[in-house]
Amino acid sequence: MNLKELYQEIILDHGKNPRNLRKTDNFNKDAKGHNPLCGDKVHIFLKLNENKKVEDISFEGQGCAISMASASIMTDLIKGKEENEVKEIINDFLEMIKEKDNLNTKLLEEDEKTKLMCLSGVKQYPMRVKCATLSWHTLISAIDKSQNEINIESKEI
Amino acid sequence: MKIEDIKKEFPIFNNKVQNNDLVYLDSANSSQKPLVVIDRIYDFYTKEFSNVGRSVHYLAVAATNLYENTRTSVQKYINAKDKNEIVFTKGATEAINLVASTFGQKYLKEGDEVLLTELEHHSNYVPWHYLRKSKGIKIQFADVNENGEVTLESIEKKITQKTKIIAITHLSNVTGAILPVKEITKLAHSKGIPVLIDGCQSAPHLKLDMQDLDCDFYAISCHKMYGPTGLGILYAKKKWLEELPPYQGGGGMIGEVKKEGITYGDLPNKFEAGTMATAQVIAFNESIKFLNKIGIDNIVKHENELMEYGQELLRKNNSVKLIGNPKNKGAVLSFTIDGIHPHDIATILDEDGVAIRAGHHCCQILHEKLDLVATARASLGVYNTKEDLDQLNSSINKCKKIFE
Repeated sequence: MNLKELYQEIILDHGKNPRNLRKTDNFNKDAKGHNPLCGDKVHIFLKLNENKKVEDISFEGQGCAISMASASIMTDLIKGKEENEVKEIINDFLEMIKEKDNLNTKLLEEDEKTKLMCLSGVKQYPMRVKCATLSWHTLISAIDKSQNEINIESKEI
Repeated sequence: MKIEDIKKEFPIFNNKVQNNDLVYLDSANSSQKPLVVIDRIYDFYTKEFSNVGRSVHYLAVAATNLYENTRTSVQKYINAKDKNEIVFTKGATEAINLVASTFGQKYLKEGDEVLLTELEHHSNYVPWHYLRKSKGIKIQFADVNENGEVTLESIEKKITQKTKIIAITHLSNVTGAILPVKEITKLAHSKGIPVLIDGCQSAPHLKLDMQDLDCDFYAISCHKMYGPTGLGILYAKKKWLEELPPYQGGGGMIGEVKKEGITYGDLPNKFEAGTMATAQVIAFNESIKFLNKIGIDNIVKHENELMEYGQELLRKNNSVKLIGNPKNKGAVLSFTIDGIHPHDIATILDEDGVAIRAGHHCCQILHEKLDLVATARASLGVYNTKEDLDQLNSSINKCKKIFE
């Protein structure tokens, strides 16, 4: 295990100064996520325009450096994407965290992928994977509005 | 047995963890096991195994005797009046569930109140919560004060005409507060209210005397007492065990079974249905012998010295904040560090072989009260040393550096 791989500069930076940590005005979709194991909480706000494009995305919450950084990077990358593109990126990220070595989506630039790959360090820490995936599962829930509150414990990953 | 040499008795410390010496500071979660306990399990399975209490062959009789010997040892260790007041369970959680379920079934009705404290572990809240739905009872919580203590007065404040049982922790697994359980029991009894004490954290660290304490129920977790997992103890006054209905049905707990009806066995068999954790019970006798060999007074002294040393170190460490400042405190050091989440602290400390716990420690009610999402907790056992606490402190400094 390598601590430096887990706590890379980008993670520490986003963890300390999370981007989009606020509440979107006039949001039209939102969802809450919770990890009962550690008490991490996240509330995601989305504003989709008439073409289902993400005009704005933001989040509120408390959590460890990994979960805050993950939500921060995620919201940065998702802005401007269309709903179906968002879903593709989420799936790609969750598959990468679960088993794949790389991200395959063509919807992200190489530097964006590099940023996201910084979170792959959690793979060596099974107890911490949920910290990285909480905001992503919550985003799915916000888009689908299938569930009011995501409980990460009941998710496979 | 010299307390400085105790670490040698625990084989886990012979091995490196991720190339580091193990600094184990998670004993409030579960303690490590001395070789005598590990060996006893091996020996029992290799040379002496049989089920207890049923067959009449040699091995069965010998195993039954060994099993019952542990019951006697436990009785003596906690100074219970009668050996049949000791019931083996699968854990302290099951011990509390047993009381909540059977006491609730027989004595509680709609509107009755169960009094807990804000310090309780989920295992001394959730079992009572079930009775809210099934019986329509109410649960009251005695307040924790700014020092992380629950006082006799705060208990007294919440007792009403409807209070039917008081269930409280002896020693908080977060703030380390030792509750005045003897005084609380006396007060409760003066009002005719029985008392259950969750002794998970106190049993490994304090001298226990059931007759002096006079409580009605006392739950113990054996794996926190240098014993095997899968085993707990419910101490209950004989009159309660006689009056309460059985908790689980099955073999071993019956008197006579007929198509028309069933009678139940004598104490404590009535509450030990099915094949019990035989090897664990037998090995737990070695844990008791081990504790007796060191002497509980020496354990208390050793752990108090360490706790005070650790507290001093962490107090001097800028940006570390200790959670709770009880006057009477057990060997638990819960803390937070400004700007660093406890899970990040735990992961970074782990890299140095320092094992602590982070989270809400199964005490969400308390964390909500303290307005904290999570805390980091270093908890001590007989094997810990000042060097362990020095390592904790220097790893905390490393952690602060990473997050600078």
